[in-house]
Amino acid sequence: MIFTRGRARSLAVLATLLALGACGGPKPAAGPKTYTVTIDKLAYVPESIQLQAGDAIEWVNKDFLRHTATAANGAFDVDLAPGASARTVLNTPGAVKVSCRYHPGMTARIEVDPKE
Amino acid sequence: MRRVLFAFAAAAALTFSGVALAAAAPTDPQIAHIAYTADQIDIAAGNQALTKSHNALVRAFAQEMVRDHTAVNEQALALVKKLKVTPQANPTSASLESNAKAERVKLAKLSGAAFDRAYAANEVAYHKAVNGALADTLIPSAQNAGLKSLLQTGLKLFREHQAHAEHLVHDLH
Repeated sequence: MIFTRGRARSLAVLATLLALGACGGPKPAAGPKTYTVTIDKLAYVPESIQLQAGDAIEWVNKDFLRHTATAANGAFDVDLAPGASARTVLNTPGAVKVSCRYHPGMTARIEVDPKE
Repeated sequence: MRRVLFAFAAAAALTFSGVALAAAAPTDPQIAHIAYTADQIDIAAGNQALTKSHNALVRAFAQEMVRDHTAVNEQALALVKKLKVTPQANPTSASLESNAKAERVKLAKLSGAAFDRAYAANEVAYHKAVNGALADTLIPSAQNAGLKSLLQTGLKLFREHQAHAEHLVHDLH
């Protein structure tokens, strides 16, 4: 995807990063990323996550109970049956508190940084 | 659950800290039976509320109780099957059931807001008692790691239910 859009210089940078095996390190201006948050035994794992505007979270409910991932600011509200998963895109920078509507003791926090 | 909790609350002094469990710590088959019975009681209480209540908050709460406790009992049944354990009836589970039955009869005579308030109050008392029994007796006594783990998840869940029930009592006032 980057290759088709990239200019010669960014291709060179990318080639260098690949050569260094830096794919998992600090990201160049790549496309949006998807992070996974797992729900198990009435907890979000990880409980804290930092990402960039435009990135997404894949919520995976591995618990035997039904849960939600509900943003306090109304940005999203996904209802997850046991075994279900759902993806939400975070577009607005800022901190987002997340909890389960059924089990409000379950909480997570997302920090959305402005897009670079 | 509420019935169970109420039963637990009423029976706690007599049963959990008294004769039934003081004589000897409950065995895993007995614990499984107590936990399953406690869940079944709250499912029955929830179903009773769904039959009688027209209050949206009460109905949402009752649906959550039926859903969560059914899910816990499915896990419990799968576990005892895997462990080849047969849940064993005992005085504690019998006392829970008889108290719950009495509570169901009591609640059946109520309707409208009176029922809603009594159901909510009983859910608080019931969960409180069940949680106390789980924390003080059932979890410490459980020998099998899988059973202990399920009981611990149950305790975490039922503490959520207790908090939810307390909010419900507040909202219905």
